[in-house]
Amino acid sequence: MRPTNYGSVKYAFLATIALTSIAFALDGQIGIHDPSTVVQCNGKFYVYGTGSSALVSDDGWTWRRGVSPPRRGLAPDVIHIGERYYMYIAANIGAQPKAAVNMIWSKTLDPDSPDYKWEEGGVVASSDGVEESNAIDPGVFLDPTTGRLWLVYGSYFGYIRLVELDPKTGKRLNPKDQPRNLAINCEASDMIFHDGWYYLLATHGSCCRGADSGYNIRVGRSRKVTGPFLDEQGVDMIQGGGKQLIGSGGHEVGPGHFGLLDLRDGVQKFSMHWEADMDRGGASVLDIRPLLWKDGWPVAGENVKEGTYEFQSVRTDTSLELAVEGVPVGGRQTRGPRPAGAPRPAGAGPGGATAPGGAGAPGASAGPGGGQGMFGGTGAPIPPQDVTQVSKNWPTGSVDVRMANYLCQAQQKWTITPVPNAGGYLGSPYFKITIAGTNRALSVSNDAELVVVPTFTGSPEQLWRFDQLADGTWRIMPKAVPNSTQMLALSAIGSSFATLEKFDPKSDKQRWLLKTP
Amino acid sequence: MNAFCKHFVAALAALAGSAFLTIATASSAVAQTPLPPSVPADTLMKPVSPQKAPSADGFIQRWMILEPIPANALTQNAVQAEVKKEYFPDQFTVIPNDGDKVSVGSSELTWHAEDTKNYNLDLYQFARALGKETTNVLFWAVTIVNAPQEMHDVRLAIGSNAASVWWVNGEEVIGIYGDRQTVIDDGVSKRLMLKKGPNIIRAAIVNGGGATDFCARFLDSDDKPLKGFTATVGEIHK
Repeated sequence: MRPTNYGSVKYAFLATIALTSIAFALDGQIGIHDPSTVVQCNGKFYVYGTGSSALVSDDGWTWRRGVSPPRRGLAPDVIHIGERYYMYIAANIGAQPKAAVNMIWSKTLDPDSPDYKWEEGGVVASSDGVEESNAIDPGVFLDPTTGRLWLVYGSYFGYIRLVELDPKTGKRLNPKDQPRNLAINCEASDMIFHDGWYYLLATHGSCCRGADSGYNIRVGRSRKVTGPFLDEQGVDMIQGGGKQLIGSGGHEVGPGHFGLLDLRDGVQKFSMHWEADMDRGGASVLDIRPLLWKDGWPVAGENVKEGTYEFQSVRTDTSLELAVEGVPVGGRQTRGPRPAGAPRPAGAGPGGATAPGGAGAPGASAGPGGGQGMFGGTGAPIPPQDVTQVSKNWPTGSVDVRMANYLCQAQQKWTITPVPNAGGYLGSPYFKITIAGTNRALSVSNDAELVVVPTFTGSPEQLWRFDQLADGTWRIMPKAVPNSTQMLALSAIGSSFATLEKFDPKSDKQRWLLKTP
Repeated sequence: MNAFCKHFVAALAALAGSAFLTIATASSAVAQTPLPPSVPADTLMKPVSPQKAPSADGFIQRWMILEPIPANALTQNAVQAEVKKEYFPDQFTVIPNDGDKVSVGSSELTWHAEDTKNYNLDLYQFARALGKETTNVLFWAVTIVNAPQEMHDVRLAIGSNAASVWWVNGEEVIGIYGDRQTVIDDGVSKRLMLKKGPNIIRAAIVNGGGATDFCARFLDSDDKPLKGFTATVGEIHK
């Protein structure tokens, strides 16, 4: 399981990967290995990796090479406390597992700032090459309940360990205190707190083997920061336990090095790297995913995917639609049995037997799809509604939106499409939202209400972000609201209308389900 | 209420004889039994005060209602066309007085000032008590909301059985369509401003068949019921 030449492999990963114009995962120069937690400073996002690699982004979607920190090392982690950014970065100081974690700090991560200057803070943890620990892969954690600062570290060769740091200096609080053992057979640990529990995240499996890497992120939890950390089966992580948070999937192999991004209002994401992204030639790349919670356990969410959806309000169970008169799929049916010889509704397929005048009684039905009787259907599959046909009666200008029962109609189907070169947000590009099969785009009016305009122009109020919330539902927000600096979210109001309002994490008004129509 | 369902369920029950359908028919049959016009609507009363504050939940309980006009529309385009017809002079601007009469076609219809005891105003009982038709009809309703000061970013929130279109100070702000039941805050306007003093709220409610009613209130910028205003109507004749 444990790679025998781990440290050198980490150091060897220095290749810069400059891939652009890829519609999924992150965009830009995202090649990195063993990324730190993504940290925000002066409106920019920063992340640091093994071998002095550094990435910076203005929006969390498109990344570029950043300025390397002065201390070269393995798998750094970064935390912002007060006026300082502390970076913990490890290095082998002899034959593995002889290693040390050093701390450096700066008032800013922005190299253009006059305050950008890294100061050495000294060693905060080490392993002597004999003890059952390998002092690399630091993860730093500020306990929100106590204000105490902790460092977890370790990489196979024994235990994941915990030491306490001084939140005022970032240094070891009491160097004489013996580290506590928390877990075994893993590396890249980090800790988070949620709803009364401490969660120890760690990466299991082997790294640095490209598409053959077995990396996967696992988690255990404890009521105390010092453990024991048990998985959902009750197995202690110090005995190899750990509930999987995320493993390989799709075209991506080997997730590792968890880092929490708490965006407040109940929106959390996490950073990590893939050992191999097949769409990027098997390179190791940064990724950012939503972090969900289910039954007290963190769950890896997914960034929204391009496609056509029904937008269903969690609050009302009704769906967003263009405020036009709907046309029933398959044509409007009269109530009651069709008179003898009456034509079938539009859209009925060929071959269906015409119901006789007396076939309206329920007992006369030939069964589902049989084509006879009032409840027998047409006798043939009804194709999806053709938006080019039904939209002929829609107003040509801007049209309001509203909420309605979903009836498979064209004005209720929305296509989400990433917009090239329009920027993005943590984990995703901005999207346009259009009525499927048309260029009619969801937008925001000058009075902060929703409107569908005839044509997508790419203006900021027509660009949308989708953040998956802790329960798996979605928060949908425009990039900008005209005449306002507020961040507003798509909100159901009443039973049949939608608007934009400030996001309230305690309400379900702004929670949406994206359902496949 | 969905008149078809009532009638159709009755027919099904007769055919199928199932217990469920029989029960459904029995309950529906009560609502279908017309009461004689002499029985007044027990939730409605003639206003006795010059103005009326909204209910504890913010519902406007004072309205001037015109006797029903024959109309047959429920879908969006049909309702829009139906309510935009000119039935009587100044129908989009008039502030009627109690007892005012208008001629619609060959009929002479009367405006009635009504206070409702409930959150909603029961148009079925209103019309039934007057011996008027309740199926395939259009009701006009008008009230005046007196705001003590400008009220910004408020929303009109309504429910209606069935379709309805609403205006505030002459601007159309809500349309809800289809054969639907009254649900509180079913239709909600965009943000609007109530000016200081009188603001005219006007509604056209179209019913297909069966029960018909509506409710209306304003919501503040936090979507809470708006208070602090009074409702009046035109001159009330006792």
